[in-house]
Formats: sequence, structure tokens, C-alpha cells
Amino acid sequence: MRRPFVYKDNGKLEKGPHMKYALLAYSREETSGERRTREMHAGIAAVLERPNVDGFVRLQSAESATTVRLEARRTLLTDGPFVDSKEFLGGLILIDADNLDGALAVAAELQELDLTAAIEVRPVFEQELGSA
Amino acid sequence: MLEDVFRDEWGRVLATLVGLLGDIELAEEAAQEAFALAAERWPRDGQPQNPTGWLITTARNRATDRIRRDRTLARKTEQLGRELRDLPEDPMDDTATLPDERLELIFTCCHPALALEAQVALTLRTLGGLSTEEVAGAFLVPFETMSKRLSRAKRKIREAGIPFAVPPAHALPERLDAVLAVIYLVFNQGWGAGRVDLASEAIRLGRVLATLMPDESEALALLALMLINDARRHARFRDDELVLLDEQDRSLWNEKQMAEGRALLERAMALGAAGPYVLQAAIADLHVHEPRDWEQIALLYGTLSRLTGSPVVDVNRAIAVGEIDGPEAALQILDSLDLDDYRYLHSTRADLLRRLGRDDEARLAYERALELTAEGPEQRFLSMRVAELPAPSDRDE
Repeated sequence: MRRPFVYKDNGKLEKGPHMKYALLAYSREETSGERRTREMHAGIAAVLERPNVDGFVRLQSAESATTVRLEARRTLLTDGPFVDSKEFLGGLILIDADNLDGALAVAAELQELDLTAAIEVRPVFEQELGSA
Repeated sequence: MLEDVFRDEWGRVLATLVGLLGDIELAEEAAQEAFALAAERWPRDGQPQNPTGWLITTARNRATDRIRRDRTLARKTEQLGRELRDLPEDPMDDTATLPDERLELIFTCCHPALALEAQVALTLRTLGGLSTEEVAGAFLVPFETMSKRLSRAKRKIREAGIPFAVPPAHALPERLDAVLAVIYLVFNQGWGAGRVDLASEAIRLGRVLATLMPDESEALALLALMLINDARRHARFRDDELVLLDEQDRSLWNEKQMAEGRALLERAMALGAAGPYVLQAAIADLHVHEPRDWEQIALLYGTLSRLTGSPVVDVNRAIAVGEIDGPEAALQILDSLDLDDYRYLHSTRADLLRRLGRDDEARLAYERALELTAEGPEQRFLSMRVAELPAPSDRDE
């Protein structure tokens, strides 16, 4: 919704605050032939350089993951990602947008590069990291 | 009578409040209070000169009071409370200064980030002014289920930041399609005993949309399509039994409504390129002309099929082709379609086979159609057709 709240004298409502979204990029299962590399795709790099991008992380391959659980009050470690599926979380991008449509447009643009299986768009609680 | 005023005002009042308050839930609560107050006062003191303005002002003031009272809410919407206090307190007498934001509300409710069933429910609740109970009844789900569905949708709108806005030009065609689909889906739920008349609700919503988007040919055409089809509602059943178009009593058709639909269709066509609803409305119109111009109907279905890529359209095209080139040509089209779960494919096939005298095949097709059809007039109609077939020929064990 994020309807601008500010009521102006002329009866118009002024632009409201921005929202923050996380774009969770899911990658397809990696084959041994196409390991994840340090180099970033130029199309993604171009998006990440925009001023509305707050930050991003790229995750190394899912097989490098270790999952920590608590079972019967003991820490249990397992090799591999928590969700065992064909697609895995490959990265996360934080962006500013006016509203969901703005965030969806960025996701659609990234998805068109055909590098990701899907991108999940989630609103983010508005608080500065470390301010809690 | 007051109820009629309320039904007509609800969407208009709510939309403006959502714009002012930035939250559907808050707007709904405030509107409800204002309408309750009106129900109490208007019969006693008379209706105010500007009912819309009165309702909006009253609701807005209630919302401000609530925000002041409720500290938790006040913290969340501190900013909002401050801004609202600065608004003039006098009742607004000039409706012209109140923006009609129903269009914004329609696009919010029909946002594709919401599940389709939530879009439908929310649209009926907010713009149609149906109560949660009525929406639940219309879709035959328990009140609790519908209540949760609506709350969840409203929460998603708030938390995910689904905009309260008419989409920009580049996104409009796609987003308008979603709105039209929701309204047409409501229309096709039709009407049932003791239930809300959803066909009329859809027409009501269609009217709002056509009024707010007078230059969108597809919006006009959807209303035209619904009006033309709905005009035959009283002829479609006789003693609760289904009556086919050719056997309908034309004196039961609502000619005035058909004429209105036709006029809208003409306006829609004059606006340019024919979209799916223009084509469907044109076909609906051709169907009610005697004698039916099957050539033209087949042609339009062909265009519609290319436009939508929908095999369901091809079933209808097959019927028209069957009227021109005979049942075999129609069967050829049907047998090329991958639509085994579609009951009308089987009932159409059955009818064509029956006309060709291939009774055993017709029986099988009717039976398949019956398997896919819920109890009711349609099922009884199909059973009757099966019963009319000659006794099955002896088959080898």
C-alpha cells in the first residue's frame, strides 16, 4: 500500500517513504561442469551498481554449506544446505523501492538474464543492521 | 432504500479512505462506523446534502479518534495521526475535491501478487460492498475461511507494499487483464438459490470499471459481454431445466439490457484493435441474431483462438465449423485438442456423434461428460440426452 500520507494544501498527497526489499535469487542445480565462480555476470553487475541497491551477498556453492541444528539439546551438524532441493539460494540483493511493483520490476529484469531459476521478493523490516 | 445508497456508496467511500489512511483494514473499520452512524441518524435527521462527503468525513474523523485512542496503533502510525489532525474538521461539502480512487483500489485488489481467490474475495468485499458473510456464502466456504482469506490478503497488501495506484502505461495492459479476469470470473460463478447473485455483482463491478476507464475498449467490451449474456438469464432455464439457445423463449430476453450491451460493444470496437473481450462480446451478440451467422462466428472464434491460444475457444470454434461444414469437420477439430478434463469437449463431441448416428460413441462421450459435471440442471440435461439414444447395440463380451 504505502500510500503517501502527507496531505498537501492543494488536496494532493505527497510521495511517501520507500520500502526495502530482499531479492532472494535461487539458482538451478549446479553441474560439475559449471561451478560457481568469483566473476560476476555483467548483467547482474550492472543492476547491482544502481543507487537503489543497498547491498548484496553472493553465496558460494550449496555443497560448501554446513547446517547447524539443535537436536536433543545437542548441536548437530550436517553436510549440505538446510533445504535439499534442486534449486538453492545463490544470493541476496537488498533494494529500495517505492512499492512492491518497483521491486518486482528489478526481479523481472534479473530473471530475464536467465541465470536464476526464480527470484523471491520479500519485504524487509525497516531497521538498520545492528541497531537492535 | 438506505441499503441501496449504502451499497452504491461503499466502494467510493472506502476507496477515498484507503487513499487517506493508507491501509485497507483501518479504512474498512472507519467506514463501517460511519455507515452505522448514518443508519442511525439519517432516518431521524434526514439524509445530508452530500452523503458521500458526510460518510468520508465522518469515517476519517472516526479514524483520527481511533488513532489518538489506540496507543499501539498510534505508535505505528504516528506520522499518519499527525497528518490527519491537520485536516480540516468541517464536513466536506464539495465532492469534487474528494478524489474518486476506486480505480486505484481495483488495481490493488486485483494485484497478481495476491492469489486469484483472494483477489476475487477482496474485490467483492471492498468494491462490491458485500459483507464477509456474503462473500463466504457466494463461494460456499465457511465464514472463518473467508475471513482468514481476506485478512491475509489485506496483511500482504500492507506488508509487501502492494501499491495503491493505477499502473503506469507500460504495465497497464497486463494489469488490466488481471482486473477483467477477476470480474469475468465472478460473472461466470453465476447465480444460485439463496446465494448472492454474482452475475449482477460482476455487472455492477463492470459498470464501475467502464465508467472509470471509458477509453479502454476491453473494459467496455467485458461489460457488453456480461450484459448480453445476462440478458438471457430468465430464458436459460424452464422449471429449473436447462434450455438451449435455439429453444429459448425470446420474449423472456431482456432486450433493453441487450441493446445497452450492443451500444457498449460498438463503442469498444470504435476504440481500435479488437482484444479478447471485444471478440467474445461480438460473438455473444452474433449468437442472439436470427438466423445465426455461423461463418462470422467461426471466423471470430478463429481470431480469438489465435489471440488467446486457448483450446477451450477451439471447442466453440468446432461447434461453429460443425454448423457450416458438418459434424465430421467439427469432430476433427475436437479430436486434435488436448482437453480431456473439459466437460464441454465431451458433451460437444457427444452431440456431434449423436447427429452422425454413431450412438455407441455418443453414449461413451456423454458418460465422460457426466463424470465431469456436478449435480444440477446440466447433469440432468446430459442424462436426458443419453436416455434418448436408441438402446445400445449388442457388443461382444
